[in-house]
Amino acid sequence: MARWQFGITTVYHFLFVPLAIGLSLLVALLETAWVRTGKHVYLTATRFWGRLFLINFALGLVTGIVQEFQFGMSWSTYSRFVGDVFGAPLAIEALLAFFLESTFLGLWIFGWDRLNKVVHVLCMWAVAIGTALSAYFILAANSFMQWPVGFVNTGTRAEMTDFGAVLTNKVAVATFPHVLMASWLTAGVVMMCFSAYHLGRSRNVEVFRPSLRLALVTTVIAGAGLAYTGDSLAKVMTQTQPMKIAAAEALYETAQPAPFSLFTIGNLSGTEPLFSIEVPGLLSFLATGRFDGQVQGINNLQAEYRQKYGPGDYAPYVPIAYWGFRLMIGFGLLAAFIGLCLLWLTRGHRLPRKRWIWRVATWAVVLPFLANSAGWIFTEMGRQPWIVFTQLKTADAVSPSIGLGHIIASLTAFTLLYGALAVVEMRLMYVFGTADPPHDQPEPVKDPALAY
Amino acid sequence: MTLNDLWFAAIAVLFVGYFVLEGFDFGVGVLLPYIPKDERERQVMVGTIGPVWDGNEVWLITAGGALFAAFPEWYATLFSGFYLPLLFILLALIVRGVAFEYRGKHDSKRWRRNWDRCLFWGSLVPAFLWGVVFGNIVRGVALDERHEFVGTFWALLNPFALLGGLTTLAMFVTHGAVFLALKTRGKVRRKAKDTAERAGVIAAVLAIGFLTWTQVMEGSFASVLLTVVAIAAWAAGMVANFFGREGWAFLGSAVAIGMATISLFAALYPDVLPSTVSSENSLNIENAASTPKTLQIMTWVAVVFLPLVLLYQSWTYWVFRRRIGVRNIPASH
Repeated sequence: MARWQFGITTVYHFLFVPLAIGLSLLVALLETAWVRTGKHVYLTATRFWGRLFLINFALGLVTGIVQEFQFGMSWSTYSRFVGDVFGAPLAIEALLAFFLESTFLGLWIFGWDRLNKVVHVLCMWAVAIGTALSAYFILAANSFMQWPVGFVNTGTRAEMTDFGAVLTNKVAVATFPHVLMASWLTAGVVMMCFSAYHLGRSRNVEVFRPSLRLALVTTVIAGAGLAYTGDSLAKVMTQTQPMKIAAAEALYETAQPAPFSLFTIGNLSGTEPLFSIEVPGLLSFLATGRFDGQVQGINNLQAEYRQKYGPGDYAPYVPIAYWGFRLMIGFGLLAAFIGLCLLWLTRGHRLPRKRWIWRVATWAVVLPFLANSAGWIFTEMGRQPWIVFTQLKTADAVSPSIGLGHIIASLTAFTLLYGALAVVEMRLMYVFGTADPPHDQPEPVKDPALAY
Repeated sequence: MTLNDLWFAAIAVLFVGYFVLEGFDFGVGVLLPYIPKDERERQVMVGTIGPVWDGNEVWLITAGGALFAAFPEWYATLFSGFYLPLLFILLALIVRGVAFEYRGKHDSKRWRRNWDRCLFWGSLVPAFLWGVVFGNIVRGVALDERHEFVGTFWALLNPFALLGGLTTLAMFVTHGAVFLALKTRGKVRRKAKDTAERAGVIAAVLAIGFLTWTQVMEGSFASVLLTVVAIAAWAAGMVANFFGREGWAFLGSAVAIGMATISLFAALYPDVLPSTVSSENSLNIENAASTPKTLQIMTWVAVVFLPLVLLYQSWTYWVFRRRIGVRNIPASH
């Protein structure tokens, strides 16, 4: 139950966070454009997208507190075991990143008439840098769970021996750019969605055409970056967690070269494929960089781990890993592809007339969120049964003092509250995303309290 | 002074920062249904804390993170043992944070009234529960030899802790009223001053009761001294409020809340969470702490970055130093 709770709250939190990371950057870019060129449309765009960013940031922030508290509340054994290593990046994240984001965001929202333009835009840059920094530290902490380094296990707890190694964990170094690119893709596609909504109706073209172009360039760059960083991450994963890459392909026996199946229909556990489309050697390439590389299979690894760590089942739930991996890649690529097509269609001063093109671009908004969630579920479920890979099992990590009743109560409360907030958030995003941008004021409002 | 002492002090400082800062924005939230007479006055009130509340809340996140890093055993026992109170605090903070951002996003009376309710309850519940939590920390809870909490939720609601809850609630409400008087003009300012006068007396009675009880139970020389300073600062603040010296009044209530918080930590020292089952099961600054290496790294990080944070947070308050009145709110609302 504690797993479900952590899973649900984390996936929910991770719906908002990438958008906040990406959108803060795009808003900062738009405002910089305004400061440099003095063109009013950029200011209008800044205020329009800034409003959407704020709606989203609020939820990212408050759901983040839940994440930090939950380690202690539901996973006290885990916290006791890893605190010496895991706590430091978390504390540093708060001190370096959270203070930066939230303080400067307050200044940005209320500082339109109190700060000069340059200081004001620097506030948004501080927010953007803060969000990216926080992503780095939390991923460094998460990477310790994927590939623990820089510590010694004393039997009762993991004690830090090398903080530099924890921060430069090769999994963190490979994951961070991947998540950053995913965030840019998410923000790019969200911006594309609402721009397309307006452009498809030929409304506010002067604001949304530049917005759309910025969104598309971001989407395409991020899409290419995702493929590249994803590829390096897959190679690091092969070295660090071969079981995860084997589960991602449902590869039961070690193979050389190993194929990659685009699509499989099989029995539920995936042990017997009934129908599948395979690209020979592709998995070998993803995992090792060579088309004839050897990829270890689940059964072989299972035997090896059983020897090392005692009896037990060391494979994750394969269908989730298999489909999580594919859906992440598929949704991400599709979003980037739509961005690329639209970039071509809007070249020069062109704007396509066909309604269905705009409709596709609008509905593409679901893709990055699905891809993010799938990717997150894949990487966390793919690590099971471990909570800290090779060191501590998830089943042994929960709080022994917490009864089932407590967990059910909190799980219900979180699910209901998060569900309700999701409805409100989507409604507000829709209302403000489809509303006309704030045109009437030539200058920002002279009123700090208006933002509320 | 060892690193463990230093980090115990650092945790205390972070909670002082949290209670002094978020204390007044809890107070403003609780007073939201009572002080303003119309929507424009409500916007004035929310506007006073709008730019700062999320920066204030980060003090809690940092305190939580520092607790995890410096005293993992304390963090693990406290957070799992106080599961339900913390759950309620979390839920309250969620609806409250969202309410700040969302209340002005839709122009309808019902919409705003509902979010204002969230603001009220979202401020009241944590203002009360933090007192309950800290009352229990000082008093001690049932811990077994693995430092796991073996008590029940109802045991956390003992008279001492409940008195602690009422004390923090009353102090935060007063602190919020004093802050409002300092930051606003006109009717809101006058009403806030009156509220602070009345709430300040109630808070003083509760605080004297709670802090004296604490000293009788766990007091040391330092904690008694700090308690006296806290009560004196509170009294001075209330006198200043009576004479309309709002800056001094705010300083008084801030110092009092800070000193009262430190006095609780001083009463606790060197334990961090006493066990009521057997003193051998108590968590203290030694057996709850991280390794010296981790503490050392954290110390460097804190020494470099905490002053920086203080600097730019102070700058925020400087930028928004002006008072807000209804004439800042457009009439259309």
